[in-house]
Amino acid sequence: MHIPDGFLSPPVFISGWVISLGVLSYAQKKTREYLKDKMVPLMGVMAAFIFAAQMLNFPVLGGTSGHLLGGVLAAVTLGPYAGAIVLSLVLFVQCLIFQDGGLSALGANIFNMAIIGTILSYYLYVLLRKAMPRSVAIFLASWLSVVMASFFCALELGLSGTSPFKVVLPAMLFVHFFIGIGEAMITVLVLSFIFKVRPDLIYTGGKL
Amino acid sequence: MKKTVLFGLLMAMLLAIFSFLASSFPDGLERVAENHNFLKNATNIFKVPIADYLFPGIKSEKLATSLAGLAGVIIVFLSGVILGKLLQRER
Repeated sequence: MHIPDGFLSPPVFISGWVISLGVLSYAQKKTREYLKDKMVPLMGVMAAFIFAAQMLNFPVLGGTSGHLLGGVLAAVTLGPYAGAIVLSLVLFVQCLIFQDGGLSALGANIFNMAIIGTILSYYLYVLLRKAMPRSVAIFLASWLSVVMASFFCALELGLSGTSPFKVVLPAMLFVHFFIGIGEAMITVLVLSFIFKVRPDLIYTGGKL
Repeated sequence: MKKTVLFGLLMAMLLAIFSFLASSFPDGLERVAENHNFLKNATNIFKVPIADYLFPGIKSEKLATSLAGLAGVIIVFLSGVILGKLLQRER
């Protein structure tokens, strides 16, 4: 759901930039507090993996496709703040080099996918984890990460006057309800693998 | 640790190489924009080096997609490591 240029009005995309830069500056401060030496190359690996996985669109219903966003995957391994920075880096490169997502809309895209889809979704995972097995919590949190990101994306489109709320909100939520299932399955698969072979690479701070 | 990094990077490269297998259907947002008649609003405010995930100057679309993916994986990996180093330094 990379928003291109032309979809958002100036008040909306400027707000997106301001909020995202604010949160990212907090995120880099928090990351400095916990980033261990061994995590440095993993930031590169996670960014590379998410970038590649985002290219692999899978078909969902009715001639539509979706792809992994990777917010929960990055946050569970690197922590929510380094995870958000990795997601932002991927979005930044996609925008500047591959024309995937507009430059004016980059702040909003970072907000939807790196902040809502990563930081907020991570804390939802932590909450859910208290009440259910790990895989179920990962499944639900990653499904929610996509649905929530699509909700904010629709909200921004509505606020911009690009499409009426009553049209764009249900339409975005409906299609991402299904795309989120793909996100959840891939995230559970990859994280179960990491938990099995390298549980030491899982972020352990940030308990609510 | 070196092994883990190499393994992860290799996985990312494999995904990138096989990215030509990806579904070419529009994604969720594109589908909604198309159905509700605002896809035409999309513009580009500048020219990018590898538009549409196709490496320029390559005839085969599959190969161009794989190369674009590999280029992206390398760029994003290196910038991720550099960013990590910058974030770790001032402690």
